[in-house]
Parts: sequence; structure tokens; C-alpha cells
Amino acid sequence: MWLLQPFNERATRLFLGVLLACLALVTVLHLAVPAGHPLYVSAYTVTLLGKYLSYALLAVAVDLVWGYLGILSLGHGAFFALGGYAMGMYLMRQIGDRGTYGNPILPDFMVFLNWDSLPWYWLGFDMPWFAFLMVMLAPGALALVFGFLAFRSRVTGVYLSIITQAMTFALMLAFFRNEMGFGGNNGLTDFRELLGFDLRTDATRLGLFVATGLALALGYVLCRAIVTSKLGRVSVACRDAEARTRFLGYRVERFQLFVFVVSAMLAGVAGALYVPQVGIINPSEFSPIFSIEIVLWVALGGRGTLYGAVIGALLVNYAKTVFTGAMPDAWLFALGGMFVLVTVFLPKGVAGLLSYRLKRKAQQSDDSSTPQEATS
Amino acid sequence: MSFISSLADRDRVFDFLVPATSPVDVRHGPILYLEDVTVTFDGFKAIDDLNLTIDDGELRCIIGPNGAGKTTMMDIITGKTRPDSGSVWFGSRHNLLAMSEPEIASLGIGRKFQKPTVFEALTVFENLELAMAADKRILPTLTARMSGEIRDRIEEVLDTIGLVELRDGPAGILSHGQKQWLEIGMLLMQRPRLLLVDEPVAGMTEQEMERTAELLTGLAGKGKQSVVVVEHDMGFVRSIARQVTVLHQGSVLAEGSMDQVSQDPKVVEVYLGADPDEEAA
Repeated sequence: MWLLQPFNERATRLFLGVLLACLALVTVLHLAVPAGHPLYVSAYTVTLLGKYLSYALLAVAVDLVWGYLGILSLGHGAFFALGGYAMGMYLMRQIGDRGTYGNPILPDFMVFLNWDSLPWYWLGFDMPWFAFLMVMLAPGALALVFGFLAFRSRVTGVYLSIITQAMTFALMLAFFRNEMGFGGNNGLTDFRELLGFDLRTDATRLGLFVATGLALALGYVLCRAIVTSKLGRVSVACRDAEARTRFLGYRVERFQLFVFVVSAMLAGVAGALYVPQVGIINPSEFSPIFSIEIVLWVALGGRGTLYGAVIGALLVNYAKTVFTGAMPDAWLFALGGMFVLVTVFLPKGVAGLLSYRLKRKAQQSDDSSTPQEATS
Repeated sequence: MSFISSLADRDRVFDFLVPATSPVDVRHGPILYLEDVTVTFDGFKAIDDLNLTIDDGELRCIIGPNGAGKTTMMDIITGKTRPDSGSVWFGSRHNLLAMSEPEIASLGIGRKFQKPTVFEALTVFENLELAMAADKRILPTLTARMSGEIRDRIEEVLDTIGLVELRDGPAGILSHGQKQWLEIGMLLMQRPRLLLVDEPVAGMTEQEMERTAELLTGLAGKGKQSVVVVEHDMGFVRSIARQVTVLHQGSVLAEGSMDQVSQDPKVVEVYLGADPDEEAA
């Protein structure tokens, strides 16, 4: 079974082991250690970590298309936001008549706009299975249409990056409009419960954190299974020599479309896990800057490794939390500085540093040069 | 009436029921047939009324000065460029002008480009694996597994092209000549009927050239591949060619054995005469 293939790799087992150990550690430190103890992890921190993990899943999705397929998407924030909106719509419907206006069907902002019935695209979002399906299908459908048009016309490279930016910008403008029926610039908020669990309790927050961690683990394994399959090697072939791959008889545009859609769906899942933890989804998630930031995480962590994307997302967002707390004005300078330093000194990102260290270690233990080097 | 009775004829096998194992019909001899082909780029006739026939199993060299239309001819055969007029047939059944690039590739026409393009990030073995004739749709590719049969085929080709020791190294570290052989190996993985090879020995050392000549002459033959080589290097052409075609300004100037062709006064004038060193050699 190709999905189980990654478990044969040492690196994947190591990654999953570390991730699951961290999840368990945080859970224990949150539940078993008394509040006030220096090792205690507060519910606030748990939610913050959960948010980082959803960003990490998003970064893995971006690395799948950028690192292995060579498509620099500067619009993955759009898929993330669409997944988030699908989740937000479900959470809005769960509020029921407990909103400010007490309307059992219409969310508050619709009552405020004097709408008398739900728009058709809100129907079905009271059912969790439908909403969770939409979390993947909505971004997947957008990626399918967008990718079909772009890849069929053989739009790649910097042109594709630019139109993905345009796509997310256009969606941001559209979602800002009140008439769109997604809450305008306030977005969707005031969520209460998810599947019957009160979102404001610490137990639910911990549950969401663990669920996000597991989703990251599953997403990582899925991506790893894709990149280690023959399809992954075809993707790398498309990345490095597209015309050559086409000439071997592979329909490059279909491979690009497949991987792009899978990646968009993963981004949607990340968005859906992000929304209940931060408690709001609004059009700012569509902003082009956010999509560029995701690419920065991946670049910092190390492109084309998947675990590098996770490291990058966690590092940058942790740094962002620290900096915006201590010196809010300095954050953008710090981000820019980090990016410059990493590109100059660590062209393969943090992951490159790790694998370089591992290689050096292997070389020291085995002093005779490998046959690969003998021929180069 | 005869149509209806033909439907009742139990010995008749309908075309669509014939298994597509070897779709190329070469019973009439030629595997590739170009007739009256003309291509114009912005008023410039790159190919002018070209007629060319390649027999099954033949090794043919095509020579000609720069701009003679050699690469354009390859582009037409592989579907990259569409001619303004003329017809191109693969065997006597397949009209190549009505097919797309991937369709032509999967039919068994392999092309080696002038500049070697191998997938540098993948290993030599993986390069060959991707090139293999297989179901190249998405889901079969995703779930594809390495069977013993596939492994044997890859080993066999590795042996043919002499890269067995380098199988697990990335293709990016190969020398220029080794990359050319790997490319030829990738073509062989597709079990092609016709190999189009564009300037295989450009930039090769003397030794590498000899090996390449051995490799190419070993590939052509009845029941194996037909090989078309476009080459500038006269010494190399002389060492491998049985049949030589000289192109000039988009059409065939002369055709025959190397000796016949090199004595043709027209050829001497437009091509061989232009380079007296080569002529002396």
C-alpha cells in the first residue's frame, strides 16, 4: 500500500515520534502540572501552539507544490481561508438562537443586513459532515478550476506566482463586500461550540490542539507518501525539466493539477483547524502578504524536505509572537533580516543545516569516500 | 448485402478487437514516411517539399549545414511543429499529423535532444524508471510498485549504456558523455520503434565517441529499433552510417552510402566542401 510507504523511512518515523512526543508532553504539562508551576502550560499557550501547528500543516501543503513540483504558489492563503470559512460557516450555524438578535437560522450579520433567508450557499452548513467535506472540497474546487486553466495554458514560473497573488487578492476584495454573505470585513466570529463541545473550555482547546497535531501527522504522511511514490519522482521531473517530462509521455499539466489540488485541500484542512482556535475568520487571511509569509516559512525551514516546512512555520511564528509582544515595530525588520541571513548563509534552510550535520557525522564515521564522490 | 454477410462471417476479426500489442504496421517496409512536407516560419521555408523514407530496422544518418532543417524535421515527426502541407506516416497506419506529442511518444517514437536533459536531482536508476513504458496516468503512477520484471529491464538497459556502477548516484554528477548515454537509455526504456538522435557526439571525447558508435549500431536492426541520427561530425557519420541523407535548404539534396554521397558534386559544394579538414579526414 503506497500510503504506508513513508513508515519505512527513518526520517519519517523520527518526525512522527518527535511530533507525537511533543503533543503528549504538552498535554501532560497542561493537565498534570498545577497552575503556577514553572513547567505549567496554560490554555493560552496550548491554543497558541495549536495555531502554530495549523500553520505548519499549511506550510507542508505549500512545500508539496513548491519544493517537489516547482510551482511557487503565492496564493495558498486563499485555500487556507476558504477552508477556514467553511468551518466558520458551520460554527456560525451552531450558534443558533443564542446570537444577539436571537434568530434561530440567520447569523447575526445577516439579520443586521435585513436579509430574510439564508443564501443558497449557506444551506447544509448546519450538518457537520457536510461542512467538513466543504472544508476540503471548496479549496479543492477552486484549485481545480484555477489550476486547470493555468496548467493547460502552460502558465508556470513567475507568471503563475503572480496570478496566484491576483487570485487571493481578488478573493480578499470579494469577501470584504457585505453582499457576498460572508460577514464582510468583520468575517465570522462569536463561535460557541464545535460538535457539541464548548469552544471556550480548556478541555476543548486541548482537544483542538491535539487534533491539529494529528492532522499535521496525517498530512505529513500523506505528502511523504506522494513524494516517495513514482508520482513524486514525476513531480520532481516536472520541476526540473518540464518539456522533457512531457516528452516521456507524462501529461505534465495533469500531474501539476493533481498535486496542486491535494495541496489546496490540505491547506483547507489547516484553515479549518485554525479558525476554532483563534475564534475568528475574516478576509485578512486572503491578504497577499499572508500568502507570501507562508512561502517565507518554507524557505526558512528548507524547501523540498516537508519537515523543513514544519520547522520553518514553527520557528517564524514563535519568533513573531515574541517580537510582536516585545518590539511590535521591529517584527518586519526581524522577518526580513532572518530571510536575508538564511538565504545567504543557509541556502537550503534550517533543514539543510540539519542534513549537512548528519552527513558530516556519517562521513566522519566512514572515512573512505563514497563512490558518488569518486566520480564527480 | 455483402456488408451484412460480412458481419455474419465468423472468421472476421474487427479492427477494434485486434489487441494493440504492436500497433505500428511495417509490413510494407518503411517505418517512417514523409511526403511533400513544407513548413514556413514567417515566410522562411524551413522545410521545402521534403520527402524521406526510413525502413524498419534501418540506421540512417542525416547531415546538412546549419539551417538545413534537420531539427525542424525532428520537430515535425514528434508533433512539436505542424507542417503547412504534406503528410507524415508512421508505418502505414498512423498519421502523425493527427496526433499529439504524448500520443506520438507512446506510439514508440523516442527523441534524444541535442543538449542532454536528464533529471539531475533523480538517480540514474530513477531516470530510467520514469522513462519506462508504463501506464502514465496519475493514479497508476501514484500506486506504481517496482516489480522484478521492471527492475530486470532497468538493469538490462543500465548494462547496455554502461552505467551500472553509477545507478544510485544522482544524474547531475554524470559527465557529458554519460548523460548522453543515459538519455539514450531513457529512450530505450520506452521500447521505441524509432529513435531520433540529435547530435549525439557533440562535445564528446574520442573514446566516448567510439562507445556511442558501438551503442547506436548495436541498437538498430530488424525487429529492434530504427535509428535516425542527425550529426555534424563527418568522422562519426562515416563510422556508423550505412545510409546517409543530405539535407539542404529544407529538402533532400542527396541520398546513398557515405562514399556515394561524399563524391556527389552538389554535396561537396554546399556542405563537405565548406570544411576541407573534414573532407580530408
